Amino acid sequence: MRIPDRVVRFVLKPCVFVASLGPVSWLVWAALTGNLSPNPLSDLTNETGVWTLRFLCITLAITPLRRLTGWNPIIRFRRMTGLFAFFYGTLHFLTYVIADRFAGLDFPNGIVAWTTVQNLAKSVGEDIYKRPFITVGFTAWTTMVPLAATSTAGMIRRLGGKRWNQVHRLVYATPCIGVLHYWWLVKADVRRPIIYGIVVASLLAFRLYRARRVAVVPARA
Amino acid sequence: MLIKKPTDIRSSEITDKKLYFNSREFIQAATGTAAAAAAGVLGSEALLHAATPAPHGRKLDNVKKSPLSADERTNKWEEITTYNNYYEFGTDKDEPSMLARNFKPEPWTVTVEGECNNKAAWHLEDILKGQTLEERIYRHRCVEAWSMIIPWVGFPLADFIKKCDPTSKAKFVEFTTLYDPKQMPGVRSPVLRWPYVEGLRMDEAMHPLTILTVGLYGEVLPNQDGAPLRLAVPWKYGFKHIKSIVKIKFVEKQPLNTWQLQASNEYGFYANVNPTVDHPRWSQATERRIGEFLRRKTLMFNGYGDQVASLYAGMDLKRNY
Repeated sequence: MRIPDRVVRFVLKPCVFVASLGPVSWLVWAALTGNLSPNPLSDLTNETGVWTLRFLCITLAITPLRRLTGWNPIIRFRRMTGLFAFFYGTLHFLTYVIADRFAGLDFPNGIVAWTTVQNLAKSVGEDIYKRPFITVGFTAWTTMVPLAATSTAGMIRRLGGKRWNQVHRLVYATPCIGVLHYWWLVKADVRRPIIYGIVVASLLAFRLYRARRVAVVPARA
Repeated sequence: MLIKKPTDIRSSEITDKKLYFNSREFIQAATGTAAAAAAGVLGSEALLHAATPAPHGRKLDNVKKSPLSADERTNKWEEITTYNNYYEFGTDKDEPSMLARNFKPEPWTVTVEGECNNKAAWHLEDILKGQTLEERIYRHRCVEAWSMIIPWVGFPLADFIKKCDPTSKAKFVEFTTLYDPKQMPGVRSPVLRWPYVEGLRMDEAMHPLTILTVGLYGEVLPNQDGAPLRLAVPWKYGFKHIKSIVKIKFVEKQPLNTWQLQASNEYGFYANVNPTVDHPRWSQATERRIGEFLRRKTLMFNGYGDQVASLYAGMDLKRNY
């Protein structure tokens, strides 16, 4: 399979970019046209959370796919899918802040007031501190921040490839914490968190397996 | 495709094959599985669920208004019939609206057992014979911190209990939901321990606010809301409102209700709405009224404190959650 560089850059990447905006576009459209459930704010929170996990799985699947297919240009999609994971994770966090925390505030001086900002910060902080599954979810989001911040070519240069690689190993932690957060949230039906757990575990096992093999078998020149 | 039968493979050969199983194949198999699972997850859930409001049912006759009704704007039929926690028909809120469509709530029999003088299998028509139906507009508060205002149609559970004539040994009432894997796809998975069981203390069961519900908006109860007979105890969380009741048993000991069995640190027997006692994983101080953006403050006993607080005088509600 030989796809010209120009096609990857000017056709495939824009297509993947537009497709990745699909879920959020659909959610916005469905919310505005009343096509979500009677509890649309809960739908927005759940869907953005699940899409974060999906983009993390897609991102983690890229290296295994590259090894198996031998199609190296696939690596050029990794930054984009990773940043989309961060994008959906941030939307997820924001819907929680707005629908769960802001909507539950008292507004003693009206909504547009300094006390609103203070109370919101206090409410979010207390919730993250008090509720383990929120703590865990917030931690998962936090692990993506340095990765997104160092995703530019300039940052790679500044950090140096080796150090950059070390920092970006953090991405292995994100979906693990994310699955734990999901698991902890459901009331009784853990089937979906289990499926995500299996997918993430397999994708990480691939790396572990390969790393051990590479360590045992001396690399050929 | 013709699938040939393997010929004479000795078990020793099968074992041997393991040794030949090379690493490349292993990686391919493992990744293939992971990719297929991933594709399955990504694909199946991405489909838009098509929740459908319940079709309108038979109108109920001679429904009286009740002074016990809340004076609040009721939630819409569409909301009450597409946003349901009814795990027997699936754990997603929109699943009962789709999977309960072919459920048969008629004919219906309720078995009365235990510490009472009139043990019998009652046809639902006989339970309703001569019984005045009332509209009760109740606040309904789910343990998941959302709420609705629902115009139930029903009658006091106390009326029926009197007909059963419980003995002095009857301290609690235990209710059981129908368990029918043919009609209820949700019970085919062990998500909860089936059948669903709930219970009330005798004084709670006899309380005038506690009703057996047979209708919604003046019509026969839709399947997804627990047809043909469900409980409504408006000062308790929604999971106490057991649906599609097939058995009522009078017992001496406190029944073990399904959610308490599932996670006793999160769900208790009483399950009284209480903004000061949080669920271990989320706050119960506020709730989202379905259809509203800003959250409301949750009221003690869901706003029915004047009528029911005395039932729990002297009890530690933090321990008896």
